[in-house]
Amino acid sequence: MNATPTPTLELRGVSKNFGSVQALQDVDFEVRQGEVMALVGDNGAGKSTLIKCVAGIYSIDGGQIFFEGEPVTIHGPKDAAKLGIEVVYQDLALCDNLDVVQNMYLGREAHDPVFRLREAPMERRTAETLKSLSVTTIRSVRQPVATLSGGQRQSVAVARAVLWNNKLVFLDEPTAALGVAQTRQVLDLVKRLAEQGLAVVLVSHNLVDVFEVANRITVLRLGRNVGVYERSKTNEQEIVEAITFGAPAPEEVVA
Amino acid sequence: MSSAAPAEVQAAVEDQDSVVAILRARWVAIRSGDVGSLPVIIGIIAIALFFNSKTSLFFSAVNFQNLIGQMAGVTVIAIGVVFVLLIGEIDLSIGFVSGLGGVAVAYFQQAGTGHQYPGLVALGLAILTGLVIGLIQGSIIAFIGVPSFVVTLAGLLVSQGLILQILGTQGVIGIQNVQINDISNYVLSKNTGWIVAIILTVALAAAAFGSYVSRLRAGLPTGNLFLVVVRVAFFGGVAFAAVYVCNRAKPRPGLPLVGLIVVFLVVLGGYVASRTTFGRHVYAVGGNAEATRRAGINVKLIRILVFMISGAMAAMGGVILASRLNGISLESAGGGTILLDSISAAVIGGVSLFGGRGRVSGALFGGLIIGMVANGIDLVGYSDAIKFITTGVILLAAVTLDTVLRRRQAAAGR
Repeated sequence: MNATPTPTLELRGVSKNFGSVQALQDVDFEVRQGEVMALVGDNGAGKSTLIKCVAGIYSIDGGQIFFEGEPVTIHGPKDAAKLGIEVVYQDLALCDNLDVVQNMYLGREAHDPVFRLREAPMERRTAETLKSLSVTTIRSVRQPVATLSGGQRQSVAVARAVLWNNKLVFLDEPTAALGVAQTRQVLDLVKRLAEQGLAVVLVSHNLVDVFEVANRITVLRLGRNVGVYERSKTNEQEIVEAITFGAPAPEEVVA
Repeated sequence: MSSAAPAEVQAAVEDQDSVVAILRARWVAIRSGDVGSLPVIIGIIAIALFFNSKTSLFFSAVNFQNLIGQMAGVTVIAIGVVFVLLIGEIDLSIGFVSGLGGVAVAYFQQAGTGHQYPGLVALGLAILTGLVIGLIQGSIIAFIGVPSFVVTLAGLLVSQGLILQILGTQGVIGIQNVQINDISNYVLSKNTGWIVAIILTVALAAAAFGSYVSRLRAGLPTGNLFLVVVRVAFFGGVAFAAVYVCNRAKPRPGLPLVGLIVVFLVVLGGYVASRTTFGRHVYAVGGNAEATRRAGINVKLIRILVFMISGAMAAMGGVILASRLNGISLESAGGGTILLDSISAAVIGGVSLFGGRGRVSGALFGGLIIGMVANGIDLVGYSDAIKFITTGVILLAAVTLDTVLRRRQAAAGR
């Protein structure tokens, strides 16, 4: 792991309210370049809210967001994209009827001045990107996404993040709907993303997956920080207790 | 594993350009539900053989020339329908919008009134009418979110009312303008026809080999050069055969200008749909509108533009229909089977009602099938009852096929 002094993304004291419901209270969060940070917590812990705040879908009510050390305000998905933040949502946001190349370049197609598509460079870069991520199971980048398996579709969605030279990728439950072999594919892909120098945030309910790929683990509970754990210095038991009851260590217990 | 992978990929790239591999890949695609234009081509051949067995007139030169004129209007309207279906919407107003286009072109060429304009200006104003109607309908659908079914149903009624209002006192407007009447009635001279066939074939070859060479340069799978040649030869051959047959038609030998207009609009529409960013986004909206929105594409704008294309194509189709009759009347303006024939043409041509699947050329194939059935049944002397029933059965078969294939394609994915 590349220990960079400034985190790629840092949240300090971020709060978000929906009416009287406090979805996030004074939450701190960070992720560094080349690291996989897992974000775990029970339903309603605030994981999705946190993602949507960073993705620009929600605006934050308090606290501050820093990107590569600079304070930033993110007003919409376009701001997030401009910074180099890509979110791979659970429902993938792929068009089934389009092929792999068309999906990878959707909304950012290469074209000449009269809006004629330049297929050759798009197809070549798609193939190169998939190859660099060792996604070898997709037979042709010209086959419609509808004909791909769940793991392959997830790979395409993740590869889209890499293609655009993003610095930070959020993966929302990437293995939730996958079988054993496909989960393996996607987890390998997640590791490779970090190896390529991206900051990766993995949101997952599956602690086996989390312990397999994450370098550190941030636990949220009821919209508050419980703690950040080094994978090498913790175990599943401790994380489960943190998710369910809050901080396990007596001196950290909050009333 | 990772060291072996590049070699495998390399082998696959070399393999997949051989004729056998391409045909095998095609066969796999067909079995998983991606049949392309295969059913419609089989349908065209079957219908032609059937009517040929009933009457020798069907394969006569003059009937072929006649068929081009008969199918032109509906085919052009169907091009607009293809775009609307691709984004997963429907446009029920096209029938009477086409009538309105016919009324507009006739109205703006009327001699001895304050609104007589040259033929091409009248044509432009008719198309503008369609564009404006499309803009209004599309805006209501995109911004307010009223279902297109209802908006265009209202558009159908309003357009019909406008036609009644304008034609009301006389019930008919004749077209004297030569330019407008030539749209459907002019035939090219024999030699001009041959020149057109040559130009079409050369352009087709240039496009096909251009894309082959650019893919070769980029180091991408190119498809097989032999199959590219076969394709060019086939479509070039169709162009030459059409000119040859039309040049033998009596009493007015020659390729009808309207046939050329239809081919031009189909090629233009196909180009926009498959080669431009706009076309790509049209398919994306039909596939997954939410994903398209998240990709930063202005989905509302795409919807509005598509309904404008639909309105413009309907108006153009209406001009062709009016030109063929040298005028527009309450009976001919947009009523009858125009709406259903146009939607049927697009659907029979393989365009999915569920959005995102189909090609603009489907309008031409579907228009040809509908035109052949109507033409053949008239020639044989069957009644209109048989015509409606036959068209209905073909439409049902096309939609059933689409639904079954869709399910099969979805099943092949998981």
